[in-house]
Amino acid sequence: MTETPLLDVRNLTIDLPRGADRPHAVQDLTFTLEPGEILCVVGESGSGKSMTAHAVLGLLPKAVKVSSGEIRHQGTNVFSLPERDQRALRGGRIAMIFQEPMTALNPLMRVGDQIDEVLCYHTTLDRAARRARVVELLASVGLPEPDHLRRSYPFRLSGGQRQRVMIAMALAVEPDILIADEPTTALDVTTQKQILELIQDIQAKRRMGVMFITHDFGVVAEIAHRVAVMQRGQIVEIGTAEEVLNRPQHPYTRQLIAAVPHLIEHREDFTRARQPVLTAEKVCKTFHLGGGFFTPGRKVVAGDDLSLTIHQGETVGLVGESGSGKSTLGRSIVGLIKPDSGRILFEGVDLLSLSRPAFRPYRRHVQMVFQDPYASLNPRHTVGDIITQGPVAFGEDRHKALEKAKALLKLVGLDASAAERFPHEFSGGQRQRISIARALALEPKLLIADEPVSALDVSVQAQVLDLLEDLRHRLNLSMLFITHDLRIAAQICDTIAVMQKGRIVEIGPAKEVFGNPQHAYTRTLLDAIPGKGWTIPEDVVPVTRRSSALRTSA
Amino acid sequence: MTAATIAPARKGSGFWGAFARNKGAVIGLAFLTLIVLMAAFADVLYPDSPWDMTAMPFQPPLSEDALLGSDTLGRDIAAGIAHGARVSLLIGLTSTAVAVLIGVFLGAVSGFYGGRVDDLVMRFTELFQTIPNFVLAVVLVAIFTPSLTSIVLAIAIVSWPPLARLARGEFMSLRSREFVHAAVTTGQSNMTIIWRQILPNSLSPIIVSASLMVATAILLESSLSFLGLGDPNLMSWGYMVGAARTVIRQAWWMSFFPGIAILLTVLALNLVGEGLNDALNPKLARKGRS
Repeated sequence: MTETPLLDVRNLTIDLPRGADRPHAVQDLTFTLEPGEILCVVGESGSGKSMTAHAVLGLLPKAVKVSSGEIRHQGTNVFSLPERDQRALRGGRIAMIFQEPMTALNPLMRVGDQIDEVLCYHTTLDRAARRARVVELLASVGLPEPDHLRRSYPFRLSGGQRQRVMIAMALAVEPDILIADEPTTALDVTTQKQILELIQDIQAKRRMGVMFITHDFGVVAEIAHRVAVMQRGQIVEIGTAEEVLNRPQHPYTRQLIAAVPHLIEHREDFTRARQPVLTAEKVCKTFHLGGGFFTPGRKVVAGDDLSLTIHQGETVGLVGESGSGKSTLGRSIVGLIKPDSGRILFEGVDLLSLSRPAFRPYRRHVQMVFQDPYASLNPRHTVGDIITQGPVAFGEDRHKALEKAKALLKLVGLDASAAERFPHEFSGGQRQRISIARALALEPKLLIADEPVSALDVSVQAQVLDLLEDLRHRLNLSMLFITHDLRIAAQICDTIAVMQKGRIVEIGPAKEVFGNPQHAYTRTLLDAIPGKGWTIPEDVVPVTRRSSALRTSA
Repeated sequence: MTAATIAPARKGSGFWGAFARNKGAVIGLAFLTLIVLMAAFADVLYPDSPWDMTAMPFQPPLSEDALLGSDTLGRDIAAGIAHGARVSLLIGLTSTAVAVLIGVFLGAVSGFYGGRVDDLVMRFTELFQTIPNFVLAVVLVAIFTPSLTSIVLAIAIVSWPPLARLARGEFMSLRSREFVHAAVTTGQSNMTIIWRQILPNSLSPIIVSASLMVATAILLESSLSFLGLGDPNLMSWGYMVGAARTVIRQAWWMSFFPGIAILLTVLALNLVGEGLNDALNPKLARKGRS
């Protein structure tokens, strides 16, 4: 390529305020973005990838300053331009789409007006012309009935539709660079697939340069032309997608790729001969939202005739998109939600028919690990307190419980001294370990894990999954594993139940569900997994998983 | 994120650091300390009863035997202010404490259990909110005859509803947090969950509004005394202002100094409340400043 790169970042260093965990957010960063290219920037949270994007757009927080280096846009150094020209450049030539489409759109403005605002600012079109352009833009991002949708407020749109509106807004002034900061992280897999296709399509049509920030190597495999891997503010590896994905050089890249969950053909050793621990029969739950004295609210069916059996030592995966009712079933089993009808049998006893005091002894047999490691630990209690509260509530001696808690902390891979510290002193992954220790403190027979790794970085995700896998063998636990990520389910589950709109549409051994999906929805989900076409290179797959690394061709 | 914002309140240095960053709060705290000292040492400063005649009536300030002047019966204004500080602070603090107990209890029950209980408690709260505070307080004190206890109770009864609503809101939002769910699944009783899991996390806003409520209570007490509904055995600032109102054109000092005392105390309490808010709710404070 002989033409000047669209974006040329040279030796960019951004300082963090004093007291941060490192002196520079990004250090000595050099990369280019050519026209018609998708550059994926990959790294874990805190690696400085978003900071880089924000620097390009001049969106850095006040305390953070660019200390050296330059960002050249088609040859001109952005920092040397006067403030006005910088602004024109940012809105006009470089556009950005954000991770969370709900907060990026103004909730009090109709979406059409929000796009119109951009046009008003950056073009000289008159009212009618702008209106036509808004409709045209909304149509170009694949939104149905653009003329009608133009007048909707953001809350009426789904997550995917909002992200499409964001993209339409970004395209309004025909930018030549599009910066996408984790644009699909908050979306379901099937929606993610559509948005990725849309971005690729638009990029190819307009020969834009796209800087795509993500933490998901599956997404990278799907769309990237070139890949830059960032670690602690530095680019450790940059190259074509083919090179980085299939022949990673840097140890950090190899580590990240090894941690990527991938569809594997699952162990066959599981036998169904064992006793069922928990059986759910025809569980139904409908939520009534809104409404008042006189107006009926909206009905949401979260559970419709759900039946499921978990055997001794089995891990059942409950997969589906957000709102499909996965968590409702999990929470019904631990008694946080009362289903409208149906039976939940634990070792033959119907938990739903029990009164509160009669149900209480069963609580200790069924424990839960929650999704958000930041919200699931009381910030005012020490870790030791958090773990021992359960056993103490069941009448165990406090000192004995504390000794046991320390042993548990070691079991989940933390130091026993962690018991005296507070949750905020731990990272997300460590907190999730504490959460697991708390659940184990009651010596449960069944563990409900509700998206236990979806808030964690990939490498941490892999560690926590390994821990769960290890514990379940050692303690002979049964587990209901709720997740939206089929790749994770494939790694850890024996049996898979696929949920859609409150119904289990397919249930069966993992091998069969992934290898020979029967229901159309299962096939759609499998088809939407990013990076299907990419096989993780043999030499970076860690030994523990290598034995079963036979991929299904979905 | 949420944990990080709560965390600073735990550590002593972090709390005082945040508090001291608000200069007004430090000044308020210093002034409040001064008033508390004055109340504590009133007997030492002015060993005689503030009701005793110690000077000629209508002595202007800076006269020989009365620093801040004397009133219509020759009582020392300065002595009245020192002794009145006791009454004001005592009533302010105890009535707030009672209001916090009632408010937090009802709010906690309402927010935690929700549904019918919530409806019932909130309608009951609204009943109190629809009646003008001061009128209700006047009626209550008039019915129960003015005394320290009846004044404290009357003020508490008119001031708890906002606290109940605040506590209810906090409890409702914390109720659905995952750590509370976790407590439920580990078999902890409702009392333990309310007391150990939710209450400590909802205290910051309650402490802040309680500190502001002390100021309101002092004002209410002064207003009651001004109307002659104060405890007849206790010298209070409100009574002094009320008693002097008929001679305000001849002897301004009689109502001026107690008035200033009320103003400064209430101001100091408000400043401290704001400082507490900054220190205990760092997220809100930051939003306010930027």
